[in-house]
Parts: sequence; structure tokens; C-alpha cells
Amino acid sequence: MDLAQITGSLGAVGYGLAAIGPGIGVGIIFAAYIQATARQPESARMTQPFMWIGFAVVEALALLGIAFGFVFSPPQ
Amino acid sequence: MRERIGEFAAAAAPFPPDVEENFFLPAIVEGTYPWFTKVTVLIWLTVGLLIVFFLWAYRDPKLVPTKRQWIAESIYGFARNNIAVDMIGREGVRFAPYFTTLFLFILVNNLFGIIPGIQFSPNAHIAFPAFLAVISYVLFIAVGIRRHGLLKYLKVQLVPPAPAFVLPILIPIEFFSNLIVRPVTLALRLFANMFAGHMILLVFTLGGFALMNANALLFPVSLVSWLMTVALTFLEAVIAILQAYIFVVLTASYVQGALAEGH
Repeated sequence: MDLAQITGSLGAVGYGLAAIGPGIGVGIIFAAYIQATARQPESARMTQPFMWIGFAVVEALALLGIAFGFVFSPPQ
Repeated sequence: MRERIGEFAAAAAPFPPDVEENFFLPAIVEGTYPWFTKVTVLIWLTVGLLIVFFLWAYRDPKLVPTKRQWIAESIYGFARNNIAVDMIGREGVRFAPYFTTLFLFILVNNLFGIIPGIQFSPNAHIAFPAFLAVISYVLFIAVGIRRHGLLKYLKVQLVPPAPAFVLPILIPIEFFSNLIVRPVTLALRLFANMFAGHMILLVFTLGGFALMNANALLFPVSLVSWLMTVALTFLEAVIAILQAYIFVVLTASYVQGALAEGH
């Protein structure tokens, strides 16, 4: 006897959970850049490449979530 | 839920979009799969475009640059100054030609994903980012070994400045993250961005058609779906440029890490 059961796409639930981390991460990166620029505007150009690198690295995890949703999907 | 929908002739398409149908494109000439498909033609097109562009731009170079010479020099200057020299230092200049080529190759391939008529990026097949990542991997290891010698290079790459008692944990972690994970994430980042971008555009486009054919109430919502497609195409343009830049900047950063003096 099953006590509880989930039907439908578990992959969609999994992707939703996987999107939490990168969402917070990207927010932190841009918040850090804005704060640093607010404290010292001259540093904006110097820190900008690091912002983009950090964004891409964090975004990679979000996109792995999308891509693996298809890899792990149940066979049709 | 993969029934074919739509009485409109142009709209008969399965929703949600199928990976098999939309990413594994058929051979152009019968029997040549997978060697002669739209994807391979696009790769050759990229190579041809880059060669022709730089040959044409540097025909008869002058001291005061003509407009086309200035464009080519600006692109090379960006890769040389903002990527190679900023990341590696003065000796980054000898990597600048490869970084320029790599940057432009990935950029043109990425932009094929949003150019009307083409609308497919070869980087959405894992093979092409994987091989570019392998080249970057071999590059930074070879540069490091050539600079330091094999044993000293391993010491530089794997032994971080940390107290001796914690090194037994740190060295396997460094080995895994520097020599195993790096090429994987390089390739996977580029591939996942292009794959997901194509998928999102497919979802909103085909979703618009699905909404249009669903019932009369949802008909206007299909317009919203297509407007989202337009907005996401602009986002795809930004992502295309950004991912090309990121790939090259990370390669430059890895080369810099391999060239760095030990502590």
C-alpha cells in the first residue's frame, strides 16, 4: 500500500528546485557589482570582466538543469 | 501529449518540441548522414566567412586604417588587450591570434542560432564545444609543461599554498577541479546555453501555434507567446556574445594559471 504518490513529471519539479541556487547566485553577483561600484565608481570598469565571468559560471548550473531535464527524462 | 496540432498549414508541429526532431537534423543528400547535414554546412560556412573576412579586410593594409581594416583591427585588439593581455600579462600576446580565432568562431556559430533562415547553432551539438574544450585543455597543460617541466608543473597546478596537514584532502580536490572538471564545464556551459536557447525559442514559437489552435479563448494569448519569442531572441543575442567571450576568457585564465610561478 502506498502512503503517498507523485504522478506527472518529476523532472519538472527537479528543474524547479535546481533553479533556486543559480537564481540566488546571479542576484548576489550583480548585487556585489552594484555595491562595489557605488562605493568606488572608478572601479566599475576593472571589476566588470569578473562580473561577467561569475555570471556565466553560475548560469551554467541553471542551464545544466534545463539540459539534464531532457537527459534524465523517462523514455517515451 | 505529442499529437500533431494545427489545421493551419504552417502550424502543424508537435508541441512540446521534440529533441530528436529539432536537434538531429536530417542529411541534405540521401545516405550521407551525419557527414553532410545543415550543421556541418554551417560549420564550413563559419570557417569560410572568417577566412574571407580577414583576407578581405587585410588586403593592402595602410598605416591610417581604412574602415574594413579598422573593424578587423578592433576585433583583434579586443581579444588581444582585453582578453589575452588582461588575463595573462605581457606574454599573452603570443596567444592573441588563437584567442581571436576561437572567439570569432564561437561567436559566429552562436549567432547562427538567431539569424533568420538559419536559426540553428552548431554549438547545440555537444561535439563542437567538446572539441574546442579539448583543445583548450591540451593548450593550458602543454603550455604549463613546456614552461615548468612535468613535475614542477604538477606542483604548480595541484599544490595550493596551504598548511601541510590539509594537503592530502586539497590535492585530490585540486586535481579533480583543475584537470578533470575544467574541460567538461567549458564544453557543457557553451553547449547548454545554445541548447537551452534553441529549446526556449522553440517552446514559445510552437507554443504560439499550439495556443492558436487550442480554442478561441486562447487565440490572443498566442500573440503574447510570439512577443516572448521576439524578446528572447534579443536575449539570445546577448547570450551568444557573452558565451563566446566567457569561453575565451576562461581559457586565457587557465593558461595564466598554468604559466604562474609556483609559491
